[in-house]
Amino acid sequence: MSASPSLHTGQASFSSALIKPDHPTPEDVIGPKPEKKAQKRFGVYRNNVIVSLTEAMMASFPTIAALVGEDYFRAMARVYITNHPPRTAILSRYGDQFASFLDGFEPVQAFPYMGDVARIEFAWQEAYHAADQSPLDPTSLQQIPPDRLAELTFTLHPACRLLASPYPAYSIWAAHKQDAPQETMASLPQEAEASLITRPQWDVMAIKLPAGGFAFLNALGEGLTLGQAAAVALEAAPAFDFARNLGGLLETGALAGLHLPSIDVKDQREPKPYQDNSANQHHES
Amino acid sequence: MPISQITPASSGTTPKEIPPRAGVGLKAEHYQTILETAPDIGWFEVHPENYMGAGGPPHRYLSEIAARYPLSLHGVGASIGADKSLDTDHINRLKALNERYAPGLFSEHLAWSSHDEVFFNDLLPVPYRQDSLDRVVDHVNQLQDHLSRRILIENPSVYVAFESSTMSEITFLERLVARTGCGLLLDCNNVYVSATNQNYDPVAYLDAFPVEHVGEIHLAGFARDEDDEGEPLLIDAHDREVADAVWALYDQTLARSGAVPTLIEWDNNIPDWDILFAEAMRAEDKLRALPTRLKEPEPDLILGHRHVS
Repeated sequence: MSASPSLHTGQASFSSALIKPDHPTPEDVIGPKPEKKAQKRFGVYRNNVIVSLTEAMMASFPTIAALVGEDYFRAMARVYITNHPPRTAILSRYGDQFASFLDGFEPVQAFPYMGDVARIEFAWQEAYHAADQSPLDPTSLQQIPPDRLAELTFTLHPACRLLASPYPAYSIWAAHKQDAPQETMASLPQEAEASLITRPQWDVMAIKLPAGGFAFLNALGEGLTLGQAAAVALEAAPAFDFARNLGGLLETGALAGLHLPSIDVKDQREPKPYQDNSANQHHES
Repeated sequence: MPISQITPASSGTTPKEIPPRAGVGLKAEHYQTILETAPDIGWFEVHPENYMGAGGPPHRYLSEIAARYPLSLHGVGASIGADKSLDTDHINRLKALNERYAPGLFSEHLAWSSHDEVFFNDLLPVPYRQDSLDRVVDHVNQLQDHLSRRILIENPSVYVAFESSTMSEITFLERLVARTGCGLLLDCNNVYVSATNQNYDPVAYLDAFPVEHVGEIHLAGFARDEDDEGEPLLIDAHDREVADAVWALYDQTLARSGAVPTLIEWDNNIPDWDILFAEAMRAEDKLRALPTRLKEPEPDLILGHRHVS
């Protein structure tokens, strides 16, 4: 019997053999009897790692799997897992580099939008697990003196995620997600799209932002005032419609709080009570 | 029922202690059925790693279910068998969940799952020898100190052995209990899987198992494969009913241990609730036929020198 490896050395060689199929079965690893080999036995661990992480990725990126087909997705996932194994035991956070992996993955270069579709899916995951917070009550804007509206700053909802794509990533995602209506597939737009993914209460939602919407919400997220953000958005997109954009943000619950130098309105950290308030939420003071 | 229409349970009325009844691993697929039909089941268990997000539906559902049923946390990511320090962020998250949900039991595995920052999402085997025992003892002590509670450690299902092992699995577990005051989670399916894969007798293993330290039992289904020589290689798949051979080992265990909280684990190919519930009731019937075990007093936290009889 050769000298036994230290615990650290043993686990190091076990680890590298796990995700590298060309590495031999680690030295100290044996079958139950001298005449029994350990190759297929060790293979169980290799298989568990790849299969369980592939399942986790299928759960996080179902639209990418629908776009490329399950077999192709599994093959891509294996390459990703080998090159970017998880650094966390929280599997819902695994796949944070999958979008940039797809951007550079040679076999899918004919589908350059794929990375951005993956970004939407990962943002969806993040929104699903984000902190609970009540969205800003749309009527709270009515408490602000009209001549001070431009000075307002906002806090974005913790679930709010923004994505600008040079491709129609939102439309491609929407047409291929699980419950997508089939007829939208034929009529995909060809232009750049920006999208907002958030979770106002318990259901994640994604919308395509109107012209200038990304610049507007991005500026608000950076702490610019409403007036400054509108100017940024107008510069980015002359067709920017201020009323439509602000109304949309209030409606989707992408904003959580608003602030004036002397007045702070509703930036509560508590989730809404569990009763369904949809019937009366517009009457809250 | 939509999540917004769940009537909140009045929390604090349900006893948190895990009763000597059957429970099941809680799956997201069954959240709604459980809340709508309020099944008469003893308790639920979850992997804390699935509830480490800040908020959202997972915590919402778990809070409601934990307000109605006793809850156990069963970690799969602490990697107590690894030759590296416990991940501070991870054990802080475990602590936060332990405080938030006040589970009746808290368990982890005799296994490692991380090395050099990489998490493999599998329960990897530990050689049974002095240096690995010292490491696991340190980690169990740290985890118990950090959580301010006793934890249970589960016997693993293993596919390989280590040439460098110097003691049996049972000796390893007994010494771990003696040095940390932890309890044991006895997984009867793991006993059958490991015994088959390692060519030993599961009945003799169970006869020697220190059942006086067992605070929880697990049952699950395994898959069949073949080793390099074409002989059975069993996989701890958690994807089907409990096998008859494992039910027999469960009977053998209960005859020694008396009624102990028993969990059905079914994590892949997740069945309809009725099938899972029926499997739990099969265990429950066996538990009800037994006298309740005299309750062992919970040892004070972190006993340095606990006697093993």
